[in-house]
Amino acid sequence: MSTNGVEGLGLLGDPTRRAIFELLARRPCTVGELAQQLPVTRSAVSQHLRVLRDGGLVVSRAEGTRRIYRLNPDGVTALRAYLDRVWEEALSAFGKAAQAAPVDLEQEDP
Amino acid sequence: MTSPATIPPLTGTITVEVPIERAFRVFTDAFGSWWPAEYHIGQTDMATAILEPRAGGRWYEQGSDGSQCDWGRVLAWEPPHRLVVTWQINGQWQYDPDPEHASEIEVRFSADGPEQTSVNLEHRHLERLVDGQALRDGITGGGGWSSLLELFAKAATNQT
Repeated sequence: MSTNGVEGLGLLGDPTRRAIFELLARRPCTVGELAQQLPVTRSAVSQHLRVLRDGGLVVSRAEGTRRIYRLNPDGVTALRAYLDRVWEEALSAFGKAAQAAPVDLEQEDP
Repeated sequence: MTSPATIPPLTGTITVEVPIERAFRVFTDAFGSWWPAEYHIGQTDMATAILEPRAGGRWYEQGSDGSQCDWGRVLAWEPPHRLVVTWQINGQWQYDPDPEHASEIEVRFSADGPEQTSVNLEHRHLERLVDGQALRDGITGGGGWSSLLELFAKAATNQT
């Protein structure tokens, strides 16, 4: 099984990156705030943020001495990346259901 | 500003070890049995999702309290080879009845053998969902996408 989304799947395929993406979907955060909620170091969070920013999912801006990260408000890439995840999980679930379907399902076919 | 330019379609494929008729029937008749329940738009928990088996049919979720929320319409119903439905869930994560704002999902089933079927899915015209400001508000304003992503985050957390 594979979903051939171009950038979205690769960017959110990593569990930590996906967790960062989901936290930022709830509210804009600093690196420190993200690191507090995740079992990884600040430097690991920074590295993932750089990948997400390069991929167009996340933007940042300076606010005084702090740098705040948020989902890219342009939204297009985030939308696409999100739907990519939806379809990857949905198709995988469909595959399991198809192979587990009771035999009478196909016998009902007219 | 958000460009109205085309957003590349999403594609996915899966191969299942069942006959083509069964693959089509599970995808459509049994849609509610496999669709991940965390992906829904209603206010209440999703009890099931239903894809009506005919062109022009409705595609909707039914909540645990019996309420219904539309997702789209069936555009092409060609068992067991092809299915086209609209996805009319916009950036506010609400059903948008305007056909001009409808993205499309085409699912093609092809028999690789008597007991093996390839299923190819394409989600296209994504730009029709991007109602400029609406999508931006959906992501940044705390509604729409944010709420859905929160549900998604909870579900993902519960799985680990």
